[in-house]
Amino acid sequence: MNPLIVGEDIWKVYRVGDVEVQALRGVSVTIERGEFVAIMGSSGSGKSTLMNILGCLDQPTKGGYRLNGVEVGQLRPDQLAEIRNQQIGFVFQSFNLIPRTSALENAQLPLFYRGLPLKEQRTLASAALQRVGLKGREHHSPTQLSGGQQQRVAIARALVTAPSLLLADEPTGNLDTESSQDIMGILEGLNRDGMTVILVTHEVDIAAYASREIVVKDGQILSDRATKGRSHAVGA
Amino acid sequence: MLAFVWLTVITALRVLGRNRLRAGLTMLGIIIGVGAVIAMVSIGEGAKQAVQKQIATMGTNVIMIWPSYMTIGGVRGAQGGAVTLTVADALELKKRIPLLSETGWLIRSTMQIVNGSRNWNGPVHGVSPSYVTIRDWSFSSGGSFTQTDMESAARVALLGQTVVENIFEPGEEPVGAIIRIKNVPFRVIGVLSPKGQSVQGSDQDDVVFIPFTTAERKVFGTLFLGSVGGVFVSTERTEDLADAAEQIRQVMRARHRLQGEQPDDFTIRTQVEIGKVQEGTSETLTVMLMIIASVSLLVGGIGIMNILLVSVTERTREIGIRMAVGAKRFHILIQFLIEALTLSVVGGCIGILFGVLAARLTTVIAGWPTIISSDTVAVAFVFSVVVGLFFGLYPANKAARLNPIEALRYE
Repeated sequence: MNPLIVGEDIWKVYRVGDVEVQALRGVSVTIERGEFVAIMGSSGSGKSTLMNILGCLDQPTKGGYRLNGVEVGQLRPDQLAEIRNQQIGFVFQSFNLIPRTSALENAQLPLFYRGLPLKEQRTLASAALQRVGLKGREHHSPTQLSGGQQQRVAIARALVTAPSLLLADEPTGNLDTESSQDIMGILEGLNRDGMTVILVTHEVDIAAYASREIVVKDGQILSDRATKGRSHAVGA
Repeated sequence: MLAFVWLTVITALRVLGRNRLRAGLTMLGIIIGVGAVIAMVSIGEGAKQAVQKQIATMGTNVIMIWPSYMTIGGVRGAQGGAVTLTVADALELKKRIPLLSETGWLIRSTMQIVNGSRNWNGPVHGVSPSYVTIRDWSFSSGGSFTQTDMESAARVALLGQTVVENIFEPGEEPVGAIIRIKNVPFRVIGVLSPKGQSVQGSDQDDVVFIPFTTAERKVFGTLFLGSVGGVFVSTERTEDLADAAEQIRQVMRARHRLQGEQPDDFTIRTQVEIGKVQEGTSETLTVMLMIIASVSLLVGGIGIMNILLVSVTERTREIGIRMAVGAKRFHILIQFLIEALTLSVVGGCIGILFGVLAARLTTVIAGWPTIISSDTVAVAFVFSVVVGLFFGLYPANKAARLNPIEALRYE
C-alpha cells in the first residue's frame, strides 16, 4: 500500500507587493497511514503553510503532493473542496465552530455538504459527539460550552466523515492545561484506532504526544525523527 | 440536494430571524415596490375597464360626425355654430357608402319637461329611429318609435332613467303618461335602460328622445329645416370603421364643395379612436406608475445587495469554516442566493398583501374601481424573485470566491 502523504520538493512562494516570500523551500515528506506526527516550528517557520498544503486548503507553487495516491497540485478549488470533505478533518486553534448553531449541527456540517439524507447526518453526528464525550450536549450552542467542550465539538466535526487524515493546528493553543490533556487524549485515542493525525504546534509537551516529530525552520525541514510517544501514559 | 436546499432555507431564515430589524428594513424596499406595483396596476386595470364599459355604451362600431366650426371672413365660429350638417348629408352617406349598415341623426336642445306638478330641465334629442338602434339603447319598459311616427311627426317620447326619476313619483308607470315638452303634450311610449356616464363624464340617462321631425317642426322651432346636430352611422365589422370614416370624409368634402386646402367643416370620430384616446390616457398613467414602482423595486434590490455584502463580510470566517469542511463554491453561492431570495420573496409576499389591501381601500374609500388579477400578483411575485436573484448574485459570488485560508484567518 502506498503512503498516505507523499510531498516531494514542495515550494510555496507568495508575492507581497514587489517582495517575494518563500514560505516553503523544497519540503519533502512522506507520512504513512496510522502515524501520529507533530510538526513543530516557531511562527514564520512555514509550518502553517505546510499544514494548509497538506490539508488541501492551499496548493504548492512547485513540487508534488500526493494524498492517497492522488496528485493534488493541479486540482481546481471545487475538487480540493471535495477532497477536504471526503478525506480530511480539521481541528483549529480557535475551534472555528459556526456561532449560534448547535453542537449537533456543527458536527453535521461536512455531511451536509456531502448531501447525505438529514436523518443519516443526525445519526452520524450524534455518534461522533458521543465519541468525544459530549452526549447530552447536542443542542448546546458554542457559547454555552466551555473551550474544551467546543474543541471536542470541532473534533467530532472532523471525525464525523471518517477521514483518512486528521489535521490539528495548535488544537490546545486556547485551552488550559486540563482541557489540553483531554483534547490530546482524544486525538491519541483516535490515532490508536488507526487514524492518521498530524499535529501542528510549538509546544514541546504537546508535541510529545506524537510518535514522530518534524521540525520546520525557514521553510525547510530541520529535523524529522521518531519519538517514543506517550500513548501508554495517557490511557492510564 | 433537496436536503441541502431545505437546510439552507432554514439556515437563511434563522440568520434573518436573528437580525429581524435589519431584515425588516431591508425588505421594506421590496414591500413598497411590490405593493406599489399591485396597487397601481389594480387601479389602472379598474380604470381601463371602466372606460371600456363607457365606450361600449356608445353602441357598436359607431362613427360620429359632428358639424365643425366654420370660418367666415377670417372669423371662426363656435363648433356646431353653423348649419353645415343636414339630413340630406346623412341620406347621401347612406346611399353612397355600402359599408354603412345604419345611419341615424339627431338634433339637440335643452327644454323644460313637465309631468303634472313636477318638472325638469334637461336635454331633449330629436332623433331618427335608427339612432336609437345605433346607440344600442334598450328599453326597461315600452318600446321605440317607428318610421311612421317619424313621418307623421308624432308626439311620442322616450325617457331616460334620470328624467323618469325626476318627473315621476316612485312606482308610477311612465309608459302611457302624457308629459309636456315646451308646452307640447307628448305621450311616453318607452323608458330607456340606464347607460350611466359617457366617456366625457355626462349623464347619458338624462335625456328625452322624440322623433326628429317632431322636434324640428313642433318643438325646437329650427331655423333651417333639415339641419342636424350630429350624424351617427355604424358598420357591420369593427375593421371597416377606419375605411368607412375615410369614405365619409370624401363624400362630405365633395358635398360641401371643400377645395384642397380648406379644412373640413365637420368632425369624424370612430368609436375605436375614442377608445384609443381613453386607453392611451390610462396607459400613460399606468406606465408612469410602473416606472415609480420599478424604481422602488430597484432601491429595494440595492438594499438587499447592501445587506448581503455586509453579511458576507461579517460571516467571512463562517464561509472559511464551511469551505474547510468541504463546501464547494456552488454551495456558498446557493446559501447566499437563498438568503437574498428569502428576503425578496418574503418582502414580495408582504408587498402583495399590502398592495391588495391598498387596492381594496382605494375602492372602498375613493370609490375607484380596482381589478386585482392573478396575473398581476404572479408578475409581482416573479419580479421579487428576479430582484432577489439579480441583486443577490454579486454578494453571493463574492462569498463563493473567497480564499478559504484567508477567510479562516479573518477576524
